Parts: sequence; C-alpha cells; structure tokens
Amino acid sequence: MTAISLGNVDIGYGGQRVVEAVTFDVARGESFALVGESGSGKSTVLKALVGLAPEWSGKMSVLGRSCVHRPDRDLARRCQMVFQDPYGSLHPRKTVDAVLSEPLTIHGIGGQDARVERALSDVGLDRRFRFRYPHQMSGGQRQRVAIARALMLEPEVMLLDEPTSALDVSVQAEILNLLKRLRAERGLTYLMVTHNLPVVSFLCDRMAVMNKGKIVEIAATKALHDGRFTDPYSKALYAASGGGGSTE
Amino acid sequence: MALLSVEDLRVSFPSPQGRVNVVDGISFELGQERLGIVGESGSGKSMTGRALLRLIRPPGRVEGRMRFEGQDLAALSERHMRALRGARISMIMQDPRYSLNPVMTVGTQIAEALRVHEHLPRREVRARVRQMLDSVRITDPDRVAGLYAHELSGGMGQRVMIAMMLIPRPRLLIADEPTSALDVSVQADVLRLIDDLVRDRSTADGGMALILISHDLPLVARYCDRILVMNAGRIVESCAASDLHLASHPYTRGLLAAVPKMNETRAELPVMDRSAWAGT
Amino acid sequence: MQLQAWLLDDSPASRGQAAAGRAYRVSLDLMRNPLALVGMLIILLLILTAALAPWIAPETPVGQDLTRRLVPPSSEHWMGTDQLGRDIFSRVIYGARVTLLIVALVAVISAPLGLLIGAVSGYFGGWTDRILMGVTDVFLSMPKLVLALAFAAALGPGIENAIIAIAITTWPAYARIARAEALTIRNTEFVAATRLLGASHTRIITRQVLPLCTSSMIIRVTLDMAGIILTAAGLGFLGLGAQPPLPEWGAMISSGRSFIFDQWWVATMPGFAIIVVSLGFCFLGDGLRDVLDPKSEGK
Repeated sequence: MTAISLGNVDIGYGGQRVVEAVTFDVARGESFALVGESGSGKSTVLKALVGLAPEWSGKMSVLGRSCVHRPDRDLARRCQMVFQDPYGSLHPRKTVDAVLSEPLTIHGIGGQDARVERALSDVGLDRRFRFRYPHQMSGGQRQRVAIARALMLEPEVMLLDEPTSALDVSVQAEILNLLKRLRAERGLTYLMVTHNLPVVSFLCDRMAVMNKGKIVEIAATKALHDGRFTDPYSKALYAASGGGGSTE
Repeated sequence: MALLSVEDLRVSFPSPQGRVNVVDGISFELGQERLGIVGESGSGKSMTGRALLRLIRPPGRVEGRMRFEGQDLAALSERHMRALRGARISMIMQDPRYSLNPVMTVGTQIAEALRVHEHLPRREVRARVRQMLDSVRITDPDRVAGLYAHELSGGMGQRVMIAMMLIPRPRLLIADEPTSALDVSVQADVLRLIDDLVRDRSTADGGMALILISHDLPLVARYCDRILVMNAGRIVESCAASDLHLASHPYTRGLLAAVPKMNETRAELPVMDRSAWAGT
Repeated sequence: MQLQAWLLDDSPASRGQAAAGRAYRVSLDLMRNPLALVGMLIILLLILTAALAPWIAPETPVGQDLTRRLVPPSSEHWMGTDQLGRDIFSRVIYGARVTLLIVALVAVISAPLGLLIGAVSGYFGGWTDRILMGVTDVFLSMPKLVLALAFAAALGPGIENAIIAIAITTWPAYARIARAEALTIRNTEFVAATRLLGASHTRIITRQVLPLCTSSMIIRVTLDMAGIILTAAGLGFLGLGAQPPLPEWGAMISSGRSFIFDQWWVATMPGFAIIVVSLGFCFLGDGLRDVLDPKSEGK
C-alpha cells in the first residue's frame, strides 16, 4: 500500500483553480519533496490532504483510506503536519506541556506525563522546557515542540510545510538532522514542501517540481547532483538555486 | 581615504537584565568596493546598517565612531543627517510589501525620493523616474509608474525599491537582506541588477559602494569582494570573498559546513558547538 | 527573595509555577505604570470601603435627624448632612456597596454573554455569524436610558431592573470585540494544527479562541465600568434605579440638586466619589491595555 496517493487532483481556492491535475504516489517509508516557488500550489496540496483546503476533486488517499474534505479524527492518528512558522504554530498562552498533552486528551490516551517527557527527549529538548511558554523559547526550540506535537499521536505519515525556512542556518541544520533521525528511527513517511533544493538533497529520496499549480517533473533527488532534469522549468529552478554548472 | 570608516561601533538596548550590546565594538573600513556582512539573527548585522544611517532611536544607543566621506556621522545634526540619507547613503530593505507606501503610486514615490534632495521641474522629474525604472529593467516604465505597491510582484516591488533608493545617486548603498523575501528565480535577477548598478556607477559619478547584509553566506560570497562575518555583535572573520574557503574562525567554518549542498551526501549535517567561540 | 526567584524562574517545574509566574510578571509590568497603580489603589479602596462599610461609617446611612438638616462639612460631619439630616459621609461609604454591586453584576452578566456570542460568531462565520451579529445589532441599537425607562414602566423602578437594563445594552459591544478577535484567531496555524489533531469545534473555541479573547475583554470591561457607573448614576438621578433610602450616589446627586447653590455639598460629595471611582477604572483599564496587549504575545 502506498502511503500517499494523488490521482488527477484539482484544488481550488475561492473559486479559482490553484492546483491542476496533480498525480503522484509516495511509498511507505519514502521521503518525497514537493518543490516550487511561491504560488506554485505546493502548500495547497498538503492542506488538501489533511482537509484544510476543502475545494478539491480527484482521488486522494493516505495509507489506503480516501481523504475527506475536512479535518478527520481518524486521519489524525495516521498523518500529521508540521507548519512553517514556528512563531505561529504554537498557541501563545499554552505551555509546552499543555501543547503536547492536548492530542493525548483529545484521543483519550493515558499515561500523559510519561509520554510528554519522552516526546521532549525524542526531539532533543531538555526537561526544563516543559512548562515554558512559546515566547520564552527560540525559533528552533519552538519548531522542535511543533515536531513533538505532531509525533504525539504516533502517525506514520508526516507532512512538512517548509519546516526550516524561517530558521537560521545553524538551527536549520539541527532540525534537519532531527527530522532525518526521527524518520530512520520510526520508519516515517515524509511529504515535504520546500523551495530550497539543497534541503531536498539532504532529506528526500524523490521530488516533484511544481510550477503554477502543475507538476512539471518527478525525479529522484540524485538528479540534483548533476542537474539531470528534463523539464525546462526544472532546469531553470535548478540553475537559479545555484546548481552546479550555472554561471553566476 | 576610505569612503566609510567605522571604529568601535556599539549599539545597545535596555533589557530586563540591564543594557545589552547588540553590536559590540566592531571596526571596519569600506572603500570603493562591495562588502558583505553575514550573520544569523541576533548577530547585529541589521543593527549595524541602521546605525550607519542613524536610524536607531532611544532607548537604543549608538556609540563609537563612524566617518563617511570624512564627516563624523554621529556628530551631524538631524537636519544634516536627513540631507545625507537617500542622497549620499541609501538603504534597501527586505520586503518591498512593507517598505513601499501602499497608498501612493510607484511613480509618485520614486519622484518623491528625488524631490527631497533635488529641485527639478516636473517634466524632468518624470523623465528621471522613467529613466530609473528603465535602468532597473522594468519593461513598461510608464505603466508601472501608475501602479500601486500591492499590484506589483515581489521582484518588481524590489526593483521599484532599488529605483527609489538609487535615483538620488548615493555613494553608498546598504542592502539589508534584499532578496530574502523573493523567489529563488527572481533573487538572482535582482542581485545581478544591484551588482550591475554598483559597477556601472564608475568613477565618473564618484562611484558607488555596496554593503550587502545577509544571512546567506554562499550568496554573499558570490556578490561581494570582501566579507565580514558577525556573531553576537562582534566581527569574527574578515576576508576576501575568494578566500572564504580558507576561513579560519570556527564560527565561519561551522556556518559553511552547516548549509546543505546541492549534491548532499552526508548522513548528518555538522552542528555548531556554540561554546567554541563564546570567549571571542 | 526566594519566592520572587521561584516565580521568575525561566524553567518552571509545574503547571502551577508557570501560571503563577506569568501572573506575577503581568502584575509587575502593571505596577511599573504609575497611573495604573493609582487606578488599582482606588479600586482597592472602593472594594475595602464597600466590604468594611459598617465599621468605617461613623453613622448609619438611613438615620434621619431633622434637627441637623443641611449642616455644612465640619469635623463632626466630614461631608455635611443632607436634607433629612443624614450624614453624607456615611451614605457615600455605604453607597460604595451599591456601586460595586451594580458594576460587578453588570460585568458578570454582560461580559461572558458577549464573549461567548462573539467568539462563536467569529469562529464559525457564515450564517451563524450573520444571525448572531444581527441579534447583536438589534441590542446595540437600543439606548440604555430609554430601555431602562421601558423596564421601569413595565416592571417598576428598582436597582435590579436598572442592572438588567444596563447589562442588556452592554453585552453587544463585547460581542463585537470577541468576534473581531475570533476572526483573526481562526486563521492562525495553531488553530489549524489543533484541528488536525482531531479537536472538535467546541474544544477549539473553549481552549484556544476564548483564552485569547479574554485580554481584550478584560481591558474593555474595565474601561466600561466608568461608563456603567455613570449610567447607573444617571438612572438613579432619574429615579429609575436605586430607590430611596438606598444611598446610591446618582440618586444622592439628584436629591441634592434643588439646593446645589446654597448647600453644594449634598450633590457634590457623591459626585466626587463617582469621579474618583470612574477615573480609577479608566487608569486601571489603560494600564491593563498596555500590559495585556495581545500583540505582545506570540513574539
């Protein structure tokens, strides 16, 4: 069974079509990237998968179950998302403990204390962060909390929406390492949205390049090593990102 | 004599723990060249740029010496500083959505930037605006001059910003993360534009120097002659761009190593041990 | 001080410590503002006066003594006596109870009602929003005094009816504020993240939206209290609110207006009390606004 499957998916926003005829599969345990610039529709695809962008048509399924057009409780235990902005994805009035306990309370999972502590150590946060508020933590620490929250329900699939774009270079490296380690330890499937090709090179196996709502090319990330893309847009994106062989 | 000479510059702000130096005693000189200042958030690089333009208001405090074209910037009156800003030293900021006035057309804003410093008849102002929009490679300058800021794409907005800041022909251009808010494909265009404009302003017009502030080390290495690396308010490395790979300071080496590469094969990215240079 | 260190600890060890620390930091910030401090003291004084009235007031507020009518302020009667020989100082003190009662009841009735309606309306949008805001607009368009008159005509004058009338005309403003906040909050990523966790709408409204609306609500209610006091005084002045012999400050002003030029103290003393208490609430509200500004959160 594939982890994520999209067949001829169109997604609209406010009446306009922003994603057109998108088709791709992500195998279980694979790390797949959706690459594109702003306005390419890549984030919209993620949102549609979890029901945050309800105007879509076509076939979409996660772990064999068809997706619905709104957030789904059952899906929550199999698929979770990490958002881009560490400053916006945590409630400003909740401590880390409250943020991490919430998914457990919603689904009636016990042993909260132990699980929260284990989640903190899994993402490399010391115990002393447990009762801090978001404004008392740095961007990297907040993003770790966001990742821990996503992992509380032990999903198999993780959707990552530009998880390191808002972070400093050194912090980005730490978070990328964390994501890579977690995937290896838990056999997670990643679908990551980003505009940063080197990050794809580090973290992903395959990638799809999106332009103006359509997928123009699907390739293995090895293509980034030598720039072996077939679509002209992919080539241009590769060159603009500082791909080898381009003249700057 | 150097165009800009900075000595022991300190910028401090009050905090619950007492005054904190966000720029902690930096010194450098700038000639007719392109200088890149690189650092992460909190390194003090943006504050340095703002301090040079005397844009830091109380409770922030600026100390140290800054000499531009022989004049002591800290000693100038606010009126003289205003005459300097825009005319001799200009600054481009990160997001054109926030730095362009939303209720004025583009043409009006650029014209205003010109009128503040030069008194020209209206027709000449219009001609200069058109010429400037042309030089920033906007294809339909008359049409664009009538647009509002929200009608522009990111790249076009930044070009308009550049036009606005360069129309009074300053000697020094400070670009603070000019392309961070732009798409990758547009970034290269805008940077190349800035590069060309800086180079074109040859000695005939007095020449223009560039200070490029960014968090992106490889980008700065591509577009600058010299690089200063800042960390925690101090300059930890100063080298020619071509010698970046010979950088010696552990922070610089750490930054270079931590950036993922296009042909990445490492299983793990090296993470910086910040305590290594805590004493520097 | 050890307690202070515990409260300001950067790494709290329990929920209680985190919450206490946060409350402490907020109050520290508040006390840095001198005007807010003044406001707080005035309100504290009001509460203490109301609580300890029987022990502070030198005389009973209703004891008439026609031999000493309209005595000017003196060492025996600090604020003089009124037309029935009652000590005005005692009446002002007991009047604090009435004022506090009115203000507290109106706040307790109207604020939660407005908060809930506004938050639900803003969060769901669509038809829910339109209907609820339509209802809100109906109540918003009712003038307080006219409604109070109607109530008095229908149910008879009295302080309970005055309170109901004021509360009914006050909640719509809070609903609008809560709705504006909810509209912003529902688009945030933390709400999206919680929806993805499988939370129900009820949970999101109660646990995520409402807590963030309370800041604006507290500020607005505090600032409104001055207006509520004045409205209640106005109703009392018209004879629609508190009935004699209840020492409500507005009613006291009303009864003193016929001899305000010769025996100014009868109307003016309760007037001073109203001014001071209203100012107190205004200062406190302004101070709270600086300290609880939601924009400073989430940084």
